[in-house]
Amino acid sequence: MTVTEDRPTTEVGAPRRRKEDRRLITGRTRWTDNITLPGMLHLAMVRSPSAHATIRSVDTSAAKQSPGVVAVFTGADLADEQGASLPCAWPITPDQKAPPHPAMAVTSVNFAGEIVACVVARSAVEAKDAVELVDVEYDDLDVVLDLAKAAADEQVVYPDLGTNVSATWVFDSAEEGTGTDVDAAIGGAEIVIERTYRQQRLIPAFMEPRSVVVDPTGEQTTLWSATQIPHILRLMLALTCGISESKLRVVAPDVGGGFGGKLQVTPEEVITLVVGRRLGKPCKYTETRSESLMAAHHGRDQLQRLTLSATKNGTVTGLKVDLLADMGAYLGLVTPGVPILGAFMYNSIYKFPAYRFTCTNVFTNKVWTDAYRGAGRPEATYAIERLMDELAVEVGVDPMEIRERNWIKHEEFPFTTVCGLEYDSGNYEAATAKAKELFGYDDLRVEQQRRRTANDPVQLGIGISTFTEMCGLAPSRVLGSLSYGAGGWEHASVRMLPSGKVEVVTGSSPHGQGHETAWSQIVADRLGVPFDDIEVLHGDTAVSHKGMDSYGSRSLTVGGMAVVAASDKVIEKARVIAAHLLEASADDLEFGDGKFSVRGTDASMGIGEIALAVFAAHNLPDGVEPSLDSDATYDPTNFSFPHGTHLCAAEVDTETGEVSIRSYVCVDDIGKVINPLIVEGQVHGGLAQGIAQALWEEAVYDESGTLVTGSFVDYLVPSAADVPAFTTDRTETPATSNVLGVKGVGEAGTIASTPAVVNAVVDAVRHFGVNDIQMPCSPLRVWTAIQRASAGDSTPRDVSTTDDNAIPSHNAQLGDGDTEGDTEGGQA
Amino acid sequence: MIPAAFDYVAPTSVSDALAALRSDSDEIKVMAGGQSLIPVLRLRLAAPTLVVDIGQITDLHGVREDGDAIVIGALTSHHDVAHDPVIEQYAALLARAAETVADPQVRHRGTFGGALAHADPAGDMPAAVLALDAQMEIEGPEGRRSVPAAEFFTGLFTTVLGDDELLTGIRVPKHDGWGSHYEKFTRVAQQWSIVAVAAAVKMADGRVMEAKVGLTNMGATPIRATSVEQALVGQSVSEDAVRSAAAHAADGTSPPTDTNADADFRRHLSTVLTRRALMAAVGS
Repeated sequence: MTVTEDRPTTEVGAPRRRKEDRRLITGRTRWTDNITLPGMLHLAMVRSPSAHATIRSVDTSAAKQSPGVVAVFTGADLADEQGASLPCAWPITPDQKAPPHPAMAVTSVNFAGEIVACVVARSAVEAKDAVELVDVEYDDLDVVLDLAKAAADEQVVYPDLGTNVSATWVFDSAEEGTGTDVDAAIGGAEIVIERTYRQQRLIPAFMEPRSVVVDPTGEQTTLWSATQIPHILRLMLALTCGISESKLRVVAPDVGGGFGGKLQVTPEEVITLVVGRRLGKPCKYTETRSESLMAAHHGRDQLQRLTLSATKNGTVTGLKVDLLADMGAYLGLVTPGVPILGAFMYNSIYKFPAYRFTCTNVFTNKVWTDAYRGAGRPEATYAIERLMDELAVEVGVDPMEIRERNWIKHEEFPFTTVCGLEYDSGNYEAATAKAKELFGYDDLRVEQQRRRTANDPVQLGIGISTFTEMCGLAPSRVLGSLSYGAGGWEHASVRMLPSGKVEVVTGSSPHGQGHETAWSQIVADRLGVPFDDIEVLHGDTAVSHKGMDSYGSRSLTVGGMAVVAASDKVIEKARVIAAHLLEASADDLEFGDGKFSVRGTDASMGIGEIALAVFAAHNLPDGVEPSLDSDATYDPTNFSFPHGTHLCAAEVDTETGEVSIRSYVCVDDIGKVINPLIVEGQVHGGLAQGIAQALWEEAVYDESGTLVTGSFVDYLVPSAADVPAFTTDRTETPATSNVLGVKGVGEAGTIASTPAVVNAVVDAVRHFGVNDIQMPCSPLRVWTAIQRASAGDSTPRDVSTTDDNAIPSHNAQLGDGDTEGDTEGGQA
Repeated sequence: MIPAAFDYVAPTSVSDALAALRSDSDEIKVMAGGQSLIPVLRLRLAAPTLVVDIGQITDLHGVREDGDAIVIGALTSHHDVAHDPVIEQYAALLARAAETVADPQVRHRGTFGGALAHADPAGDMPAAVLALDAQMEIEGPEGRRSVPAAEFFTGLFTTVLGDDELLTGIRVPKHDGWGSHYEKFTRVAQQWSIVAVAAAVKMADGRVMEAKVGLTNMGATPIRATSVEQALVGQSVSEDAVRSAAAHAADGTSPPTDTNADADFRRHLSTVLTRRALMAAVGS
């Protein structure tokens, strides 16, 4: 038997189309909501319209009489089984304050959209109908929304805690011994720049809404969920609900996106699990898009107060970051740690000696925040890349020049930063040179000057972002030092089947990343078997028993490395058997192209033949077990540090404030590439999301704490029609921290692009006197900034957390119209 | 989400539809293309007891000439309005507006009459119809009546249509030889107009003979920018003349404030967009 036919020389590096795409794109697959079990019941949630209230009473009697309704549960009904609180796995300080977070509210609600009851019915529509019959009486309390005011404890969300401050976390380079004292640096500085930037609240807006199916029949309860984290979820559900972990099987079938939004242990999962077990029947809950926008965790929402010091020639001497981070009403799985992930990135690619980061985590009456693509690192990158532009203006040089004066030079790697991280590799000069050439940087600067001189109504701006990030979460020891509740390893199994085919089991859990294709390419090269002979299994704790799942651009750098390690173990197992069968010494065997060859002879044996021999087990060396299966658990020794240079040319219509991106060039360095087509997709999607933060997306609450951007009418997720064509390219500086030489790419585009776009917008109108525009840079904000600056108004812009114009553009009008009955005769 | 339960009828003639509207159901909604109604039902912002789907009434589809006017059936899709040669010749402004409505899927399902009867202040078709001095043809139990567009829209999502009436067609005077443009301002492609301007201009010998300007989302109903129109008549076309006329665009309007724009910004936008719409309409 031969298994090496039709195999290209190397799979790694080939732009293979993804094997999973046909089923994912057509939807003919196992999305959670596609699962239907015999006798399955359907849940619908009763959600609080109030952002802060005590629950006076919940009357479920009418709902219980509604057709098809099997049961109605309140928080009090489920209090014993649902556990005291959903888990938070990241207590950032020993004295961190955390209110209990019951899956279903028992005595009070703390954000609009919180679940107060659930209806269980024979059909989804009957459950939905009965939701409207549940009568909840609320005693409204004062609502805490504004982040800065909340931090000042003017009113508190939780009187029992006595404060809205959950925790304060500090990193000081002088205290840590990784740098010098920042106050001294600022005190004696020739240039000091102070800025306040607002990272608006964002909604992950994954394509597939969250869905959960529970089957409590059988010895193990099975829970399917549209989750990024089946393994973590299994453990957390067991601990939260007091169920033996061994009695619980969690399956993440195909999952349609997450962006961190499905890195959570959700109230809906706990409630469906508890209700299913209580009733002894399969149960399903699938959220509506409205529920998803309102009650699935949000991201970002920080106020960054920044002080940067520099010499008059533009050498940065220190940076002080004072951050307020909006937790929302509760601490989700990793909520408090998200800003901490940014703490080590404010220095970015630069070499300054003094740094202090202080983060204050604050409660408000909004849905809780948690991981969202980039998680902490986009915020940090935005801050430093915006500040570098401001410094360039102070010094009077091109913003690229100011970066070159401060960045780590290629020959200085490995480089230990002011945060104590060791950047293993990088070449900022190469990525920048390539990007500038592709962009036509110098020509665009000439055109910009021409438009300024001509007072063209459409001005041109050029934005730079020379980003890096830390990803590939993470060395377990580092996570331990940050008080995170788990490790950062990943697990894999590689199994040779008797027919020569290969099963790869991965503990990372794809939800759009293309693991099945990329892992097959890695294993194809490693074992010398055809790509199509490899099957990658994932996402089911009964199949993939051990894993840390997918987030933080970790799948390849950690999970892929586990696959490499398991593959190598298979080869070593096979080597012993091959030596026996070929009657040669193992030391004389060479493995290549899927075969063991005896050095100096033409005797050889394919790994598939060995697999069959192992299956038969008729003729194995003494003491060798009949198995070509191997497991590996890989704990990374370092983060990975992808970097790149992103350049954006934006046109600003000064009459309307409209921004349009004319060209966008990025040259990313993510080390070695397994599949350039997948990388391209990750970069494009990341750019779209990062640009969306710069220009369009913002979760807005009104003064009562109702989410105004409660539908895609007002929460502006861009479509293909809105984003420009991207010019992408790469340089390749391999990571030295793993044998594949790879770095993460899942978040790079998002992290890099936001400041590139805002820098371009500000650059386009800076000559009017504008030095900042709050995100998203809407036409209103851009136009207003121009007007104020032109009028000589230097009043600081509003950086409050609630919007002055917190009125939805459309749905509420429709709603009002209909409830007032004034659409009569309308033929819509 | 799933709509609340409702009864459903799909009459095939106007008379059957009118009969259905006279039934004793508590709350009746007429559905044409369903592109606004179905989302509202799914969000449970409305819960009618009866939906009368008029989409099967073939008589209400299509465009015909009738003397010095054209008559557009209420059920003509936005796509057809945007591509019909008769409309292109005599009422091109409607085509320019229709081609900006939502996305291709909505334009194929959504109807001209449905959008007008829905009377969304941010909808694109009302301002275009208003600008072209269209007559709205209505049938009800008392027979037919015709209402000028200027009187048809009465407020936010409200029109003169009675509970028992149907909008059957739109009669538009022929605007042969007019230049037209619909200037729409949005933040993302799939969005209702933040502000939009419908402009049609009749030129002779380099001078404006007549100008018609309708404003979208500058108030509860579409609005004619009459002071802009008057300021233009008799002017030779120049950027300055148009700019100074367009500066009156916001006169007498009370635009809304929402997450996309406040009232002042809308007033400002209306002047810029009016200038651009007019310049495009005159081919400059």
